[in-house]
Amino acid sequence: MGLRLAEIVKILKAKIITGNDKLNIMIEFACASDLMSDILRGNVENCLLITGLNSVQTIKTAVISNISAIVLVRDKEPLQEVIEEAKKYELPFLSTPFTMYTACGRLFSKGLKGVDGRQDTRKKNYSKEEFQDKV
Amino acid sequence: MEDKILEKKTILRKSFRIKFNDFVRAGEVSIAIQDILKNIGFTPDFIKRVSICAYEAEMNMIMHGGDGDASLTVQEDKVILEFKDQGPGIEDLDWAMRPGTSTAKPEHLEMGFGAGMGFPNMKTNSDILYVDTAKGKGTYVRMEFMI
Repeated sequence: MGLRLAEIVKILKAKIITGNDKLNIMIEFACASDLMSDILRGNVENCLLITGLNSVQTIKTAVISNISAIVLVRDKEPLQEVIEEAKKYELPFLSTPFTMYTACGRLFSKGLKGVDGRQDTRKKNYSKEEFQDKV
Repeated sequence: MEDKILEKKTILRKSFRIKFNDFVRAGEVSIAIQDILKNIGFTPDFIKRVSICAYEAEMNMIMHGGDGDASLTVQEDKVILEFKDQGPGIEDLDWAMRPGTSTAKPEHLEMGFGAGMGFPNMKTNSDILYVDTAKGKGTYVRMEFMI
């Protein structure tokens, strides 16, 4: 289940800013916020991040949270420094003319799920023995 | 409290400088920490927990704390993050720990910060969170993650 990034581009009539080589990746979940701490709080790995925040911190937050791709809403022109940052971390970065609500609705109706109720695996660590093997 | 860390067998220790108000480089220390943990080979989920805590603490220091030092210590049974600044300190820590409370300025909000989730996020993602602070005395934050 999920959508390929190429399908997401179509659904959102999006412009591809970076990540032309990653249109094949599958994305199953999405999250939307302009507040980066809310993103960091969520269980958002391998998600598409839908945001109106045109800032380098969007990219940094995505890298820290293992977000798979970012879409900037409301036809905002991404700042050059943000584009450079996305390139540096090889993160697919899209821009859509739709508002955040509409972008979310279009993707949700095509099967891209929200993270609510998604199983949180964050507390699973190595056992001590497994770790000893690694070092 | 800080000295006790060295009593256990330390596998790796790395220090970083963090500069107050340096929003261009903000997050780079946390991404460096994330890379080190990836190279060691921790699970993605474990790395994510540590990196999120590092990022929240780093952003706190850049927005509120002042110049300071951060360090990553990997021991045989845990990973430790430390952040120490000489800034204004936190007057009411209980208040700062509550979700949604923030003293962020408008320029911080513009960057997507100031949701008041910094300390709550650190608490959720770390196994032990220790904060030593007082008004005018700077802030020391230590987080431990059991392996």
